[in-house]
Amino acid sequence: MTMIFGIPVQALMGQLLVGLINGSFYALLSLGLAVIFGLLRVINFAHGAQYMLGAFVALLLATHGGIGYWPALILAPLIVGLFGAVIERTMLSRLYSLDPLYGLLFTFGLALTIEGTFRYFFGASGSPYAAPPSLGGGVNLGFMFLPVYRGWVVVASLVVCLGIWLLIEKTKLGAYLRAATENPTLVQSFGVNVPLLLTLTYGLGAGLAGFAGVLAAPVYQVSPLMGSNLIIIVFAVVVIGGMGSILGAIVTGYLLGIAEGLTKVFYPEASNIVVFVIMAIVLILRPAGLFGKDV
Amino acid sequence: MAPLLNVAGLQAWYGESHVLHGVDLHVNEGEMICILGRNGMGKTTTLRSIMGILRKRTGQISFAGQDMMNVPLHKTAKAGLGFVPEERGIFATLTVEENLMLPPVVAPGGMTVREIYTLFPNLEERRSSPGTKLSGGEQQMLAMARILRTGAKCLLLDEPTEGLAPVIIQRIGEVLVELKKRGMTVVLVEQNFRFASKVADRFYLMDHGEMVAEFPVGELPQRMDMLNTVLGV
Repeated sequence: MTMIFGIPVQALMGQLLVGLINGSFYALLSLGLAVIFGLLRVINFAHGAQYMLGAFVALLLATHGGIGYWPALILAPLIVGLFGAVIERTMLSRLYSLDPLYGLLFTFGLALTIEGTFRYFFGASGSPYAAPPSLGGGVNLGFMFLPVYRGWVVVASLVVCLGIWLLIEKTKLGAYLRAATENPTLVQSFGVNVPLLLTLTYGLGAGLAGFAGVLAAPVYQVSPLMGSNLIIIVFAVVVIGGMGSILGAIVTGYLLGIAEGLTKVFYPEASNIVVFVIMAIVLILRPAGLFGKDV
Repeated sequence: MAPLLNVAGLQAWYGESHVLHGVDLHVNEGEMICILGRNGMGKTTTLRSIMGILRKRTGQISFAGQDMMNVPLHKTAKAGLGFVPEERGIFATLTVEENLMLPPVVAPGGMTVREIYTLFPNLEERRSSPGTKLSGGEQQMLAMARILRTGAKCLLLDEPTEGLAPVIIQRIGEVLVELKKRGMTVVLVEQNFRFASKVADRFYLMDHGEMVAEFPVGELPQRMDMLNTVLGV
């Protein structure tokens, strides 16, 4: 058996893949958080709950509507995004004139409410959600066995992250978003409906979380607490990448997933804390984050 | 003919601080007026209140016959008002061209991008640079250019010459003369009244949140004593 640093290649590659998959979810979720924070200055604690909502909507569409994975992959993010937009319009938008702390508290309360409601109706244990048959099975890469669905998760996440990055960096809508992130009042004085832009942005962030939730449903169990387990790590990712940095959120998401995977190979005891150790080191050396601008 | 912009009894507050105490002013179509006054007398606040950026205000503001007091900020531009802030507000994360193209066109009759690049050749050369990499003078040109593209009828221009070299100030003066030829209405806030006297048709003198004098540019010589007293120069 081939070994690298005394570790079998298969184990190394396996953990790298697990890391890359986790990283895919970190990237999608921290991207949404970064977009929302950049424009709304709200630290969206409901992000984990919105991720969980995406998975549950897909599950409920399947069990109650007979709607399969592929339509759900489009529908669930739209439903979660719409839900986010309604929440922003009716509630969150009332808090912008107050201290940012209120937005944080509100979304934290929202997360607890959503998760509590789902736990009441569905219990805390998870339900399985089957991957579509077209993505079943796996391929033997020679050095390891790659389940097709896991490869798909990485590809889908990369494509969506790249798409959102292009949307923000290369389009007119993205230019509005970047400009409004810098100076919303001036952009509004140009005749851009900034309140609508805020609603769309929150909806987009929530929709991204919902998309990640659908992607995750066949990998993990669909459970009311699946988001709260993940969101703490995602916050660490955003802090390491730099608050509000789009590219930082994406790149850091994948890197930390991989770092976690590698730690599992070389020193498994540290794998649960490695992200937070990196966060502490980054905060000490570069308080604005790896990709953040020093203020 | 009714003035294009009419402001009557305008009062405004920053939080608890009462800044405007009943401002009256009017601007006719195609006219360029200049508001003079020392720092902190309410010139910028007047522009921000007219634009609707500062919402804690009472009194009357009408523009092109429309009551502007209840118009939300994102619809003010649509009415034909364009604001160039003192700090210029060039976006660092946007290129020069993205900055230029950012404000939506609100009415036909604005300058084309070609005309703008002819008027401001530097901007074309640096179209792909980040907006804030431009010099102060170029940023001022860009801040003005992006409003000229929108077809706004009236430009609210806050201290365009502040902190700029004399040669750039002269260039901005030329641009203003060009705008006047095109029939643009301008409300100019300036501390530099030597500059303003070359472009403005009429002056308002502002002190402690209200207008204390109004006179056409021809009366500037005989008003110099009063100006020197109020402006403290």
